[in-house]
Amino acid sequence: MPTARTGFEGGKMLRFILLVSIVTSIPLPSPAALSVFACEPEWAALAREVGGGLVKVVSATTGMQDPHHIQARPSLIARIRKADFVICTGAGLESGWLPLLLRRASNPRIQPGQPGYLATTTVVSLLDRPQRLDRAEGDIHVQGNPHIQMNPHNLTAVAKVLAQRLSAIDPDNAEQYQKKLDDFLARWRSAIGRWEQTAAPLKGMTVVVQHRSWAYLNQWLGLERVATIEPKPGVPPGSGDLARLVAQMERQPADMIMYAAYQDKRGATWLSEHTGIVKVELPFTVGGSEAAQDLFGLFDDTLHKLLAVAP
Amino acid sequence: MCAKCLVMFLIYTISMNAVSAVETANIDVLRKELSEIKQAYEARISVLEERIESLEYLPQKSSALADVVVPKVSAVQEKPNDFNPSIGVVLTGTASSFSRDNDSAIPGFILGEEASLGEDGFSVGETEFNAKANIDDKFFGNYTLAVADENGSTEVELEEAWFETLALSQGLKLRGGRFFSGIAYRNQFHRHADDFVDRPLPYRVFLNGQYLDDGIQLSWLAPTDLFIEVGAEWLRGAKFPAGGSGGDGKGAWSLFGRAGGDVGVSHSWQAGLSWLSARAKDRVSADDDGFDGDVDLAIVDGVWKWAPHGNLYRTNLKLEGALFWQNQDGMFAPGGGGSLAYDEDQWGGYLEGVYQFMPQWRAGMRYARLDADDPGSAFSGTSLDTLGVSPKIYAAMLDWSNSEFSRLRLQYSRDDSDIKPVDRFYLQYIMSLGAHGAHRF
Repeated sequence: MPTARTGFEGGKMLRFILLVSIVTSIPLPSPAALSVFACEPEWAALAREVGGGLVKVVSATTGMQDPHHIQARPSLIARIRKADFVICTGAGLESGWLPLLLRRASNPRIQPGQPGYLATTTVVSLLDRPQRLDRAEGDIHVQGNPHIQMNPHNLTAVAKVLAQRLSAIDPDNAEQYQKKLDDFLARWRSAIGRWEQTAAPLKGMTVVVQHRSWAYLNQWLGLERVATIEPKPGVPPGSGDLARLVAQMERQPADMIMYAAYQDKRGATWLSEHTGIVKVELPFTVGGSEAAQDLFGLFDDTLHKLLAVAP
Repeated sequence: MCAKCLVMFLIYTISMNAVSAVETANIDVLRKELSEIKQAYEARISVLEERIESLEYLPQKSSALADVVVPKVSAVQEKPNDFNPSIGVVLTGTASSFSRDNDSAIPGFILGEEASLGEDGFSVGETEFNAKANIDDKFFGNYTLAVADENGSTEVELEEAWFETLALSQGLKLRGGRFFSGIAYRNQFHRHADDFVDRPLPYRVFLNGQYLDDGIQLSWLAPTDLFIEVGAEWLRGAKFPAGGSGGDGKGAWSLFGRAGGDVGVSHSWQAGLSWLSARAKDRVSADDDGFDGDVDLAIVDGVWKWAPHGNLYRTNLKLEGALFWQNQDGMFAPGGGGSLAYDEDQWGGYLEGVYQFMPQWRAGMRYARLDADDPGSAFSGTSLDTLGVSPKIYAAMLDWSNSEFSRLRLQYSRDDSDIKPVDRFYLQYIMSLGAHGAHRF
């Protein structure tokens, strides 16, 4: 009796659906701290500064991972499902994995457009907006360069919006977020003053970069990018690209070669060996080096490393 | 001399005396203190200014959620096609060379139409067109067409046409329409996301490459640190291994569950268990084999990935495998012949490893095999006659990706799934145009 049998199976299905809905309707104890899911470690660190003990922060990536190339891993789906607040870079940096995570999360609180979703690149003006939108230009970002965290003034702007958002979704603690923001900004501002003073000798120096990760650091410190090792964003250099770079450096040597801790350093190493130009590995984000354990350490260490190799 | 001038003179004289009485060093100290006080006040004033600025934006407690600040107005102009869905096209094609002509038969198994390994020579294969977008704040929609030449005519196949909910609470998600079933790890992957030119042998045999059907799917994501997802589907039963849309067009159902997580920062894993129960109503498949009965399928799968520091870009390793069990219970009608009662079990499994040894380059190996119970002499000469063969395929591949959007692949397979082995060489391209593909785990 095929029909009867299928009817019975359908009944089983309905019972299963009923069971799931009963299980899921049991109210779960809500944790006291706001759960924050940060796509990158710099936003996790900023959320810790502004949220303090009121938030529990997890970062989807570490300083040793390329944020372009992350997969929607099961652990990330499980984490974002429980998040009250998501802070990510946006501007296409996470376009390979964040939309999928958001969709798989079944979590209405953190969908784009909700107060629980913040793309930090919407807070600042972006550099390097491409003139031509074509994949022949590599894995370009339509809205502009998303690596905004290396200019500390951008973090000031993001911190303010972050505090507003945390206050909006957790209004009972609004005053506390404001207090923590004030405290952070006071320390941040005095640190920026200190950094700008120590970094003064770097102004006007010419740099070769692995990927266009440093546009905002260059903007802040007055460094000038004269060449990029990747021929196109996201495309590793071939031997021809490296030979062209060597020729360019022979005509007009740059002061240093910069790359992020997570990036493939073979191109930079090869170029450094063949041109004698000093290379420097920078943390790029919190956790990118031993010393970069928080945002202050990130900039302390970055400047320390740059000044150490500056001619 | 006027009285006023006298007073001025006196004040001047006294103050000059006072100043001369103070030592120069003290003036410096005073100046420094004054400047410090000034600096401290300036810092405090700027903090207060920030605060006022923020307070102006701070929403009232009562309407906190309704009034969220949009910090910056985009300078981008709106265009009439701004709300078009994201569109992606995937081009795939192969140049293949087989050592023998192949009739795609695998002794002991009833095959669906999609189980074959394609043709010798140049072939464009399947071209995929995909459009997806949020429909509104509650729904997401996805649409995929596959265009392929089959038997001399161009055929368009509707692969996916589904919506799903975005905002059900408690981790629940409902999907409806035509979709790739949630059973088995690889079933939901589009073909172009595979690591080899051909699907693993058990997928080809038991799921016709990829089981898709019309229906509904309900899934639930547990609020735990460990990733746990369970789901159930109720489907039409029109596609192999189901068929004929039995049970008034509700001929198949499935249950699946999967768990996953990270081990340290460099390792991650996922394991799954699935069950498919399908009604095959007068199903006619390859070689005009008819089957009327019930198909039960159980699948255990696992995938484990490793990348140093979790940084996939440079090097990474993936191991993937699954075990399949199937029971078919019903009446088997071999092409052109009479009906035979059939109730036997079949098994299959595969294991593959893919290693990215440097950016852009990956190498992989796969082993897959099948086993079937011998249904007896009544079935000799039919598709279900095992001929004493245990079908297996070994494959090795090497691929290169210029960017995330292009891939060229070289593959060699030793196909030992028929009586005589076949050597298969493939050169394949996979090119993605348009929307950025998702990095599924």
